[in-house]
Amino acid sequence: MPEEAKIETEGVFEPKIMAFVCNWCTYAGADLAGTSRMEYRPNVRIIKLPCTGRIDPLFIMKAFENGADGVLVSGCHPGDCHYTTGNYHARRRWTAFKDLLAFTGIDLKRVQFSWVSASEAIKWVELINNVTDDMEALGPFMKFKEMNKKGPNQG
Amino acid sequence: MPRIGVFVCQCGNNIEATVDTQKVADETKKLPGVVHTESYKFMCSSPGQDSFKKAIKDNKLDGVVVSACSPHMHEKTFRRAAEAAGLNQFQCEITNVREQCSWVHHDETRKIGTDKTMDLTRMTIQRLKKNRDLTKITIPVTKRALVIGGGIAGIQAALDIADGGQEVVIVEKEPSIGGNMARLSETFPTMDCSQCILTPKMVEAELHDKISLYTYSEVEKVDGYIGNFSVTIKKKAKFVDESTCTGCGECWEKCPFKADSEFELGLSKRKVIYTPFPQAVPNIPVIDKTRCPKILKDKCGLCAKVCGPQSIDFTQEDQLVTEEFGAIVVATGYELMPNKDFGEYGYGKITDVISGMQFERLASASGPTGGAIRRPSDNTEPKNVVFIQCAGSRDEKRGVSYCSKICCMYTAKHTMLYRHKVHDGQAYVFYMDIRSGGKRYEEFVRGAIEHDGAMYLRGRVSRVYEKDGKVIIQGADTLSGSQVEIEADMVVLATALVSRPGADTVAQTLGIGYDKYKFYNEYHPKLKPVETVTAGIFLAGTCVGPMDIPESVSQGSATASKVLALFSSDKMAREPITAEVNKQTCNACWDCVTSCPYVAIEKEEIKDRKGNVVNMLAHVNDGLCQGCGVCVCACRSKAIDLNGYTDEQVYAAIATF
Repeated sequence: MPEEAKIETEGVFEPKIMAFVCNWCTYAGADLAGTSRMEYRPNVRIIKLPCTGRIDPLFIMKAFENGADGVLVSGCHPGDCHYTTGNYHARRRWTAFKDLLAFTGIDLKRVQFSWVSASEAIKWVELINNVTDDMEALGPFMKFKEMNKKGPNQG
Repeated sequence: MPRIGVFVCQCGNNIEATVDTQKVADETKKLPGVVHTESYKFMCSSPGQDSFKKAIKDNKLDGVVVSACSPHMHEKTFRRAAEAAGLNQFQCEITNVREQCSWVHHDETRKIGTDKTMDLTRMTIQRLKKNRDLTKITIPVTKRALVIGGGIAGIQAALDIADGGQEVVIVEKEPSIGGNMARLSETFPTMDCSQCILTPKMVEAELHDKISLYTYSEVEKVDGYIGNFSVTIKKKAKFVDESTCTGCGECWEKCPFKADSEFELGLSKRKVIYTPFPQAVPNIPVIDKTRCPKILKDKCGLCAKVCGPQSIDFTQEDQLVTEEFGAIVVATGYELMPNKDFGEYGYGKITDVISGMQFERLASASGPTGGAIRRPSDNTEPKNVVFIQCAGSRDEKRGVSYCSKICCMYTAKHTMLYRHKVHDGQAYVFYMDIRSGGKRYEEFVRGAIEHDGAMYLRGRVSRVYEKDGKVIIQGADTLSGSQVEIEADMVVLATALVSRPGADTVAQTLGIGYDKYKFYNEYHPKLKPVETVTAGIFLAGTCVGPMDIPESVSQGSATASKVLALFSSDKMAREPITAEVNKQTCNACWDCVTSCPYVAIEKEEIKDRKGNVVNMLAHVNDGLCQGCGVCVCACRSKAIDLNGYTDEQVYAAIATF
């Protein structure tokens, strides 16, 4: 892995959060937060996808595997999907995936699901701040990191 | 080894203030595969783009990352520049470090912004390494438009498209085009006679050599995609041969059977073989098969006997035709809220409580009373008329929280028309607010009050009942703070505009969205008001929501300009962000087919040399696919991927997180 993101400063835990967002609602909402010069915690790295329906549950697992302390998924509000029904697929997939996630021992609070529209910059800002607070409270996600250290077939 | 260039934009001071762009450039230069990096004040400026192009050529770059503003701003700009420099434009990726970094992290030490920018840029670089060259998809365009709905919006759209030289078909479910506007007496704020301004347009549409009218017809099925729609239209049996009928009117003169006229909203009768109104276009009658005794029990047949050209054909059946179109304009219009919803106003029970549209017919010179205001119960001239506004509109209990927009204006018009026809009559208007935004609209309402003496009472009506041949209205006048009781001869309700029954079915047939009121959704309410999320389908008029005639006409013309732009070339290009099936791994479970919101995935037959079907595989139709990627995640065998957002690209970005 190329050099790991070094957000940690002087022993203070700065959680790493990966956000999977849709292009049409949440990404535009996050842009609006910028255009409105709002301020929020810098812990989130966004990956843009066309639709939340494109988010494979494996993306979330991969994010944890690569050092994320939390994952955020956000798209258009139900009924507002740019592709009419993609976010319903995402929601249904999440319902099924949740149980598996719990089974693997990942605290469900580490994965958060939200709807942020293109006009909800304030909601985006609050969401990021809240998610960052939540992850701070949960502490670093060590499970996969320890497994990674041990190498394959030993975890 | 890839040869990647990274361009970090300072955006004046917009990025530079919180991000050390030079440091980002220096650090990213150390990453494997990165051969050129630079920081520049304004990458999007023309010298910025020139140096961008020069760097691509000089360093023989095969991929570029621009860390700058949101891709929603300048992705197109940089991709175009990359292409001009000889690169495939999909080898250019944008990192959003302005809207999503420098503008939201106000750290003066620039550490936070710089760190985040480096992270994001690194993720984009890794993603870029997995990019593949993509070419824009070109699809042929059938230059023929379908307009659904022959009201004023549809007629305007059709005329403008036809005048632009392209063929148009108007499908109208009633026997005549004209829509609701044909019913109106006069129009605000100019008091033009509605039919006088509408019927010439109807005739123009009928005579235009580029326009075909399919009246008494409905859209049954829509297949295909932008430029290539295949539409099945049901032509309901008229029992009259359109090619020979001359519209002489002998048949409906002689027909001995009558029914309530739909066009006159029950205020008068029509024959069982009929045209809805005298100026109908086309002027060809239809037989109401639910009431005609010849069709029901083989009795009568008088119309066939008197018909000179022998045009009556009782054996006619509904006909399904399938035709090809390149674009569709939806202009299906509105209805008024049905009267059963107004118990407290006595609507439906008291004969002299009528709707605004019925009043239009009373005031119309071609209406059942010849334009004289007569109340329905005893045909006398009403001396006191009460108009109740917001009957259903802005009333959440009745399920309508919106304002119907046109009622304030047409009620003012009604009071004027009434005064002009009944000089000693008094009009009362109960209103909530007067909403008269629009050119010369406020002056018009003031005219109704100040010049034509309408009495405006701000308040709601609580009860309407009948007593000794009068209609008693009890209500509140909130401005004087008193209860009022008016003995009226007639009550007119400004009933809410609602979507047509079945509007949701039509939307599902077309694959467009609708809101909880079943009004159709625009692509964007401000910036794309006549487009839908389904490419090639456009919206005009009141099927979108309440609007007046000028707005409907503007939208009709707007859709025409969209259609003509689409038809301006033989082929159209679109972004190649579409799903693609790996034929080696597809196991034909069809999960993708069921998950696709656009019906874009087809079952492709794989045949052997003899033509026997040996296998079935999923196949994505590029014209229909909109690139949402739902199928990619639905696929169990990971046989589908989304170009531009492949699993490889996403995983590469995650891996460097």
